[in-house]
Formats: sequence, C-alpha cells, structure tokens
Amino acid sequence: MQASSKTPNDVSYLEYQGKHKGLWKWILSTDHKRIGLLYLYSMMTLFLVGVTLGLAMKFELIAPGKTIMEAKDYNAVFTVHGVIMIFMIVIPGLPAVFGNFMLPIMIGAKDVAFPKLNLLSWWVYIAGAILVISSVLFGDGSPDTGWTFYAPYSFKTGSNMLPAIFGAFVLGFSSILTGLNFIVTIHRMRAPGMTWTKMPLFPWTLYGTAWIQLLATPVVGITLVLVALERIFGIGVFDPALGGDPILYQHLFWIYSHPAVYVMILPAMGAISEIIPTFSQKHIFGYKAIVASTLAIAFVGYFVWGHHMFTSGMSGTAQYTFSILTFLVAIPSAIKVFNWISTMYKGSINLQTPFYWAAGFIFVFMIGGLSGLVVGALATNVYLHDTAFVVAHFHFIVFGGVGFSFFGAIHYWFPKMFGRMYDATWANIGWLIFTTGFLALYSPMFYLGMQGMPRRYYDYLEEFHAANILSTLGSWVMTLGLIIILINLFRSAKSGPIAPKDPWKGKTLEWTVPSPPPLENFDQIPEYHEKDGPYEYQ
Amino acid sequence: MENEKHHIVPYRVYAIVLLVLVVLTFLSIAITDIELGSYTVVGALLLASIKSSLVLTYFMHLKFDQPYIRIMVGFVLAVFIAVVIVTFFDYSFR
Amino acid sequence: MSQVIQHDEHYDPEGSKIGMWLFIFSELLLFGGLFIIYSVYRYLNHDAFHMAAGELNLTVGALNTLILLVSSMTIAMSTTALQKKQKGTAILLLEITFILAIIFLINKYFEWGVKFDHGIFPGSEYMKEEMSQGEVLFFGLYFVMTGLHALHIVAGLVIMGFALARVHKGTVHAGRPTLLENAGLYWHLVDLIWIFLFPLFYLIT
Repeated sequence: MQASSKTPNDVSYLEYQGKHKGLWKWILSTDHKRIGLLYLYSMMTLFLVGVTLGLAMKFELIAPGKTIMEAKDYNAVFTVHGVIMIFMIVIPGLPAVFGNFMLPIMIGAKDVAFPKLNLLSWWVYIAGAILVISSVLFGDGSPDTGWTFYAPYSFKTGSNMLPAIFGAFVLGFSSILTGLNFIVTIHRMRAPGMTWTKMPLFPWTLYGTAWIQLLATPVVGITLVLVALERIFGIGVFDPALGGDPILYQHLFWIYSHPAVYVMILPAMGAISEIIPTFSQKHIFGYKAIVASTLAIAFVGYFVWGHHMFTSGMSGTAQYTFSILTFLVAIPSAIKVFNWISTMYKGSINLQTPFYWAAGFIFVFMIGGLSGLVVGALATNVYLHDTAFVVAHFHFIVFGGVGFSFFGAIHYWFPKMFGRMYDATWANIGWLIFTTGFLALYSPMFYLGMQGMPRRYYDYLEEFHAANILSTLGSWVMTLGLIIILINLFRSAKSGPIAPKDPWKGKTLEWTVPSPPPLENFDQIPEYHEKDGPYEYQ
Repeated sequence: MENEKHHIVPYRVYAIVLLVLVVLTFLSIAITDIELGSYTVVGALLLASIKSSLVLTYFMHLKFDQPYIRIMVGFVLAVFIAVVIVTFFDYSFR
Repeated sequence: MSQVIQHDEHYDPEGSKIGMWLFIFSELLLFGGLFIIYSVYRYLNHDAFHMAAGELNLTVGALNTLILLVSSMTIAMSTTALQKKQKGTAILLLEITFILAIIFLINKYFEWGVKFDHGIFPGSEYMKEEMSQGEVLFFGLYFVMTGLHALHIVAGLVIMGFALARVHKGTVHAGRPTLLENAGLYWHLVDLIWIFLFPLFYLIT
C-alpha cells in the first residue's frame, strides 16, 4: 500500500501521529480515547496521593493518642483525602475515563459531540486539581474543614481555604462540561437504528449521570462561591453573626452532594451491567427495568439530600420526609441487584477477573446499601450520626461500589484500551488480597461506630483499640493488593500478549472494532437492524 | 439525520411579543402600588412567570423547536420547583 | 510522513442547540441556588426585606428591564435578518444589542456606585451598625445576584462579539446561523433571569 493512500484508520489511536509531538500529541489531542487515558493517568496519580493520606490516617489510628501526627494535621489529612477522593476521583471517575473512552464506541460514533470541549474539560479538571493541591502546599495551613466545607467554620478558619474552594468549583465546571457533552452525544450520535431501547446500559447510566452533573453541580458551585465571598467580603449569607443560616449552607451543599453520590454509583452500576452479561454469556435480565431504575435513582436522588442533616436541627416534617424519600431510593437499587443475579442464573459463567470484581461489587454494594438504610432511618441515624459507622457505610458504597466497579471496568476494557492482555493469575491474586484487605479495613468501623467511636478524631478511647488495629492492618493488606493490581496492569500495557478483537466474546459494539481501536473507531458506522440488540447472546 | 428545516420567525412576531412584555412590566410596577398585602409578591411573580414563558416560547424559539426541548425545559423547571418545595419542608415547619 | 487528518467537520446545528440549552439549564440552576437562598431568607425576614427594597431605585431598575427586553428582541430579529439573507440588517441589529448591553452595565455601575456612597456594600461598618440582620442579608443577596447577573452580561457581550465578527467574515450566514442563534439563546437567558430579579428586588416594597 502506498503511504499516501493511508487512511487514519490504518493505525491505532495509540500509534497515530498527529500535528503534535511527544507529550503534546496527548495533552492537545481531541480524540476521546486519548482524553479517556489522560483522565486515567491523572486520576491514578491523584488516587495514589489520596491512598497515601488514607494510610497516614489509619496509621495514626493504630493506637490511641498521638501516633504520628497532631490533631490539626489529622484534620488537614482527612480534609485533603476527602476533597481529592470525592471531587477528583469518584465523581469524575467512571464517566471521565470509561465514559470518554467507551461511550462513542458503544453507541457507534466516531467521537463525542464536542471534541474540543472534551479536551477543555480535561484541562479544567487539571486546573482544579492544581488549585486544590496548591492549598496544601502554600499559605498558612492546609484546609481543615472536612471535604464538606461546612459553614460557618469554612470562612472562620485561618487555614488556606480559598484555593480549595475555588478548586472544587473549577472541578465542578469540568464535570458540567463532560455531562453536557455526553447528553448531546447520546441524543445526536447513536448509530442508525440504535433506538433508545437498544442502547447498551453503560451509556444509559452515563445519560442519567450527565443530567445530575448538569443540574446539581451548579448549585454547589454557587454555594462554594458564596462561601468564598463570605470569607473575602463578609456578605452575611451563611454567617449567623450577620443573620445568615448555616443550615441553609448544608441544604445547598447536599442538594448537590447527595445527587453526586449517584453520579458516582450510576456509571459504576452501568459498568457492572456490561460485565455481568458478557461473563454470563446471557442476555441481561430485565433490560427495561434496569434502565427505568437508573432513571428513577437519578430522579429520586435529587430529593433525599436532607438525610445528611438529621441532627442539624431542621424541622421534624423535613426529617421524616427525607427519611421516607431515602427509603424509596433503595427500591430501584435493589431491582438492579435482582436483575444482575437473575442474569447470572443459568448463564454459562466465565470466571475471569472482571467477573470477580463484579461479584465483589455486588457483595460490598449490598453491605453498603443495607447499612445505608440503617443510617437513613431517623431513629438509628441520631445514634450513629458522625460515628465510624457512617465512615464504613460510605466507604463501602463509594470505595467499595465505585472502586470495585472501576477495577472491574479496567480489567474488562483493558484489552480494548491497550490492545494487550494482562496476566490473569496476578490479577486474580490482586483482587483476592485487595478484597480481603478492604473488608478487614472497613468492617471493623461498623462495630466501632455502633460502640460510639466518633469520626474525624485523631484519638480514641482504649476500648476501641483492638478493632482499630484490625482496621489498620486491613489498610496495609489492601494497599498490597492495590500495588499488585497496578504493577500487573502497567507491565501488561507495555509487554502483555497481544489482545484479540473480542477476548471475552462480548456483544456490544466496542468488541467489533480492533484492539486498540483505530483513530476514528469505525471504518463504517455500524447499523442496527430490527432484530439487533446490545446483548444478543445464544 | 432527518430534515430539520429552519423556521424563520417574522419581525412582526418579535415586535408584538416585546410590546406585550413591556406592558406586563408596567403592569407589575403598577400592582405594587396597590395595597394587596402579601398578594403583591404573588402578583409580581405571576407576571414574571408569564413574561418568562413568552421569552421562552417566542424569543427562545421553543414554539418552533422539536417537542423534546420543551420537555427538557419543563423537566428542569419541575426539578427546581420540587427542590424549593422540599427545602421549605424544613423552613416552614421549624 | 505525517498523517495529519482533518476530522471531517461535523456540523450538527441541532446538536449545538441542545448543547446550548443544556448549558442554559446549568446556568438556571446556578441562579436557582441563589433563588433558593433568597426565598428562604425572605421567608425568615419578611419585613426587613420590604424595608430594604425601598432603598433601591425603581426607575433605574425599570429602565434596565426595558433595555434588556428591547435587546432581547433585537438579537432575535438579528437571526431573522440573517436567515432572510439581510446581512447588513443582521449586523446592525446585533450592534444595537451590543450597545444596549453596555448601557445596562453603565446603569448598573451608577446604581452600585450610589449604594457604595451611602455606605451600602458587603462588609461595610455602616451596614453592620445601622441595619437589621434581614437588611444586611437583602443587600448581600442584592450584590451577589445582580453582580453575577452583570457577569453574565459581560459573558454575553463576549459571545455577541464573536458572533458579530463571524457574521462580518461571512462564516456565520443563512446556511449556518448556529453561532448567532446560540448567542441569542444565551442573551435571552440573561433576560430571563432579570425578569425575576427585577420584581424580587425592586418591587417588594
């Protein structure tokens, strides 16, 4: 073949040489696949920072009293850990990495609707991350408010809050732009014949997520701006000394931050809904029920924010309204679990690493979800509020749910993304150690919380010692698992055996293109016919 | 992609809409002079809603667009209003 | 050899329009947060808000309302002109909109300036000593909400500037009016928000 007749699709997106050289061809690329990887690498880096901070906290808690840091440092560590993990990892996580990479391919498009805007989102994300990190490195003291920036402390404390607050605002902006891009992409760029009810489930969850990103993020954006203005000018909006109501801050903060939990978990559920049919070689059970429950979770999730505020002093009417609404969210979540299990039933299950992660997801998600009902009920919440129980609950959901799904997704789509296979044995060992460590790390916190150990203290009573030791040991085991997983993936991305087009016999569109995909994904835009569907297994 | 032909809105329509908007503005100023107690604000907000729906329908072309944009706008407004109502579950029962 | 390829330019006016609408939704919710705050504090400080609203200049407020309404019409007409292939008229109407927006900002500048002269600005000693808490909140919100709105006017000016340049150059024309239409949509959003700000701040005396 002559060089001049080369079409862009003769090379994979990884090898493609564009206008730019070296690093520039990545950080100036508008290719959705490269942007997905950019997010992956930046998130992994930030994730390791967050993990290190988490390990430091757990090490502090290995014994009562001061172990390695003062109370003030501990406050800073849990704040920065929370801000990094929430705003930079779990909220953007699956949409930004796998959404960017897979959404256009799964719906049969060449790219997202606005590729330049997509690149801009990544740059905005990096800007936000740098702002937040700068609050730690410069100024007088790292932020120490907790990731929630509760008023009035967030504008009274002398620590370096402004960069952290603006950083969170900027990260929100990135999230809005990504959401906007995905909604337009899904509306306008589905392959011919792919009706809404033939769209795979991961794109569906991204669609629900994108709406939350779009409609909830601005509320926290303006709230954070107000906190910053309060700090700079003293406008009085949340300052009780000037007539403001700090509880209103909590309302506005959670109007975003509770739906944000669904921004995290919905795409996680979507990825699980892709993995399970593939490794069961069976049509997903109750496709429409899963879609409906996705939208129901996204919608009802807007109206449950008050369950974070049961002890704040809001009215009784509001308390039981929020408690009832919270219980409603459990229904669509349970429907999904039921559908996943039913999909596996009588399927020909292929026990591979992604399936292990998916099974692990269901297990930890169940524990997290059921403990969520415990804290969602008014009476028990008052008892458990701000204890280690809550910390255990949301780590089971946010780290268990999203984290397991993320690792499941990366093991599932790795061959497609990098064109190479990973070492399955090491991947499975990593999963086993990680899961063991995870359970040892967070399970004791349920017990500790019920015994009355509060969260966010660097110290505790002697009676909590034993369980805390177990938890800290768990954190080490989990980190070991994490290291094994990451080393295995990194080595395989470089030198693993070449992956076939469809290593798992998946049926969604991403398995019809070469691994790694060519620049424009498809030589010819695929078409869906009457009989076609996303999960047509024998 | 289906043929989405562009609807050209005549100048006249815009001029009429502007006229109505201006009249409504003066009306809303006028009713605040009348002592209606707490209904003053309700009245002003009602007129503002009418004005904004005119802007949405004609200036922002919702009338001439495909229905799903209208549905989206309605959905967003509904979500916002519901959020306000749920917030007031707290404040009106304290 | 380098294999620079142009993504075949993907022009989807409907897609761009949805994108703009989605952006408008998130802008609405941005102001929505402020409207929630406003409504809660007004509910809690009913009388103080009425007192404080008396300080605002109704004439300037009404004038600015009229300016925005007229400018909304002119930018809408500008699209019509472009679609009718009357490029000159389109540019003229866009320029009128641009100037009206600047007049709005000038009015706002003087309005704020008078308040500042009276010692009414966020964090002023005068406000803390002479005013009730409700009034402080009212003016806090007044400055934040009208300030944020003014920022959106500036953003609108930038977008209009782009549209104007592109219409001049001829890259926005009857066949591809999307940029101008989106500039219009954005401008109407600014108008839409003001339609609510006006009664909530100026008309509750």
